Amino acid sequence: MPTHILMPALSPTMEEGKLAKWFIREGDTVTSGSVIAEIETDKATMEVEAVDEGLIHQILVLAGTENVKVNTPIAVLLKDGEGAAAVTHPQPAPTRKAGAALVSSPAQPVGTFEVAAVALPPVAAADMQLPAGTEMVQTTMREALRDAMAEEMRRDGDVFLMGEEVGQYQGAYKISQGLLDEFGPKRVIDTPITEQGFAGIGVGAAMSGLKPIVEFMTWNFAMQAIDQIINSAAKTLYMSGGQMGSPIVFRGPNGAAARVGAQHSQCFSAWYAHCPGLKVVAPANPADAKGLMKSAIRDPNPVLVLENELLYGIAGLVPKIDDWLVPIGKAKVVREGRHVTLVSFSRALLYALEAAERLAEDGIEAEVIDLRSLRPLDIETVLASVRKTNRIVTVEEAWPVCSVGSEICAQVAIHAFDYLDAPPAKVTGVDVPMPYAANLEKLALPNAGHVVAAAKAVLYA
Amino acid sequence: MTAADSLARSIPAAGPVPVFTREEERSAYREMLLIRRFEEKAGQLYGMGFIGGFCHLYIGQEAVVVGLQMAAIPGDQVITTYRDHGHMLACGMSASGVMAELTGRRGGLSKGKGGSMHMFSKEKHFYGGHGIVGASVPLGAGLAFANKYRGNNNLCWCYFGDGAANQGQVYETFNMAELWKLPIVFVIENNRYAMGTSIERASSTTNLSARGSSFDIPGEQVDGMDVRAVKAAGDRVAKWAREGNGPFILEMLTYRYRGHSMSDPAKYRSKEEVQAMREQHDPIEQVKARMINANIATEEELKVMDKEVREIVNRAAEFAQNDPEPDSSELTTDILL
Repeated sequence: MPTHILMPALSPTMEEGKLAKWFIREGDTVTSGSVIAEIETDKATMEVEAVDEGLIHQILVLAGTENVKVNTPIAVLLKDGEGAAAVTHPQPAPTRKAGAALVSSPAQPVGTFEVAAVALPPVAAADMQLPAGTEMVQTTMREALRDAMAEEMRRDGDVFLMGEEVGQYQGAYKISQGLLDEFGPKRVIDTPITEQGFAGIGVGAAMSGLKPIVEFMTWNFAMQAIDQIINSAAKTLYMSGGQMGSPIVFRGPNGAAARVGAQHSQCFSAWYAHCPGLKVVAPANPADAKGLMKSAIRDPNPVLVLENELLYGIAGLVPKIDDWLVPIGKAKVVREGRHVTLVSFSRALLYALEAAERLAEDGIEAEVIDLRSLRPLDIETVLASVRKTNRIVTVEEAWPVCSVGSEICAQVAIHAFDYLDAPPAKVTGVDVPMPYAANLEKLALPNAGHVVAAAKAVLYA
Repeated sequence: MTAADSLARSIPAAGPVPVFTREEERSAYREMLLIRRFEEKAGQLYGMGFIGGFCHLYIGQEAVVVGLQMAAIPGDQVITTYRDHGHMLACGMSASGVMAELTGRRGGLSKGKGGSMHMFSKEKHFYGGHGIVGASVPLGAGLAFANKYRGNNNLCWCYFGDGAANQGQVYETFNMAELWKLPIVFVIENNRYAMGTSIERASSTTNLSARGSSFDIPGEQVDGMDVRAVKAAGDRVAKWAREGNGPFILEMLTYRYRGHSMSDPAKYRSKEEVQAMREQHDPIEQVKARMINANIATEEELKVMDKEVREIVNRAAEFAQNDPEPDSSELTTDILL
């Protein structure tokens, strides 16, 4: 039976890619390990090797084709002794998301996150007054973060970027793509894999007045550097009696990724939101990502930008103006409603928005608040909403104990107790290290269904 | 090129101990004496309950920072760990400001909010005062990075102890400092005890000047009790670092007379060991003897100098005891800019 060569998933989050180049032609013989094609994803360009030996009978997807879904047949391989007559027209393989394990029931997609179906909050309600007729440009989160850094580096020669693979590699997640070309190796600095060391070097440079952006490949690795972030960056201004601050940005992807297991999949929101001397932001859409990143770079304090790998490829409208700034410490009501308040941030906001859609089908009007900043926390916006709806559900991917949601619930109980018609509810990740198995990982994370259920519970619906 | 070959590249050679000029002898003596008297007074105030918490005295090690400051130029940064009072005085920070910080008063250099281990001066380019062993080393490399970024002629004098020399982040920093040729001098003040653990019990290799060899960073052991040897080494390596050759390690062989902190009875070493150091190697007595022997200063002149130093310290102590505590409103200031 002829073998279909399938579009491979080249990263835990890849769902589709561009088939950039074929290195073989129909009629060529390949052996296991031969490089047969080049594939571009939003993060990287990689070569694909043949797994089996045989004759390339047919190329099904032409070079240059974009948006080829993972697991789509891209070529037909005839193994030794197989004739062309055996070839049948390929049926598209059942699509499964990147890295997801096969399960017995194909009706149950696993490892999926239902992101694409959720509309992003419109940018029109943004904080800055946009001039009439401002052009809105469809931009991915990845591009928005890059554009923010590039604009600030053009504006201020003291701003520089350092981290692992930020330069020649163009960023492990391609956030710094193009920056080395524009700004050169003096300002886009590849570091060895030594988080504690380069985080400290960044803080030292900031203490002398430079404005470093330190990229952590993910926030998981910043655990190696957390002493420098807290003990050096966050506390120096206080310990010096106001003489010396740290105008530094630490940034990188935070939260659950996909199928990478316990050590690479964790939300650090509460860890850093806990610490005085830091500011912490966690944007959920490209416009906020760009505006908050620019504000973070200009801020004279240490600011942590908790990005999310699974949001990097998501697109949204970003205003095309010179100085698109989103204020740090300001939450945003992204959907108005009068029956229940849903408070969330980063990727979990998408579950809240999807839940609001579903609740609307049952006549429940949910108000959705994107915190955007976790420190300072805009509790006033939350309280104002709760005073209107009298019910609150917090939604986050982090562990439940001492989480950002815990803090919100406490603040609401303290400051708006008399307005509550039901105890506050929390939707969180499960209190376990992130498992690897696709089904367990799915069980460990919250989803829109959990949010709907929690909202109905506080509504006694 | 092997590591050994590359280490053999033009390392500044340790020469014979140079002779100090009359002014250098007198200045070094006075600076060291100020630190000695200041620390003795701090010990006294600690005993009286005016100073709380941890208090790490620099007595015995004065020649290290005083000698290296004689090799520094304006704008060079200094950063160190928690045994920092001597460094601040040598950087020209006010004795009253340091002492009032030790007593937690509003006139302290950090308004009373930092304490013994956490003081800074932007004006004097002193970047702390850090309580986490080893953490100041990458910070120092960051200061050196900034010098290189700005293209100035300054270097960072980055001090840490024999204990910190075993911390992992020190080696992360060595790697990047050499990789990027940062203008930094790593000054390892080897006083032979990391708190109560002697260097032989804590370090697989005890020649700390060689700790940079796998990163191609040259190093040198220096008699840290002789201020002339310290200054001469400082001059050589400052030239090296300012000319773009990258970092250099100076291992200062020194000794602290007091315990690790005020609460340390120092039972891990013999009284005889301490006594021998004091009698045979004291950095201040060495200069004093030379000055008298060479007629640089008379006993009478030295007494006058001693009196001036005591007056500075007494004024500092008086200020530190009488200055009010910080206003309670200071609790919540200086957290964010």
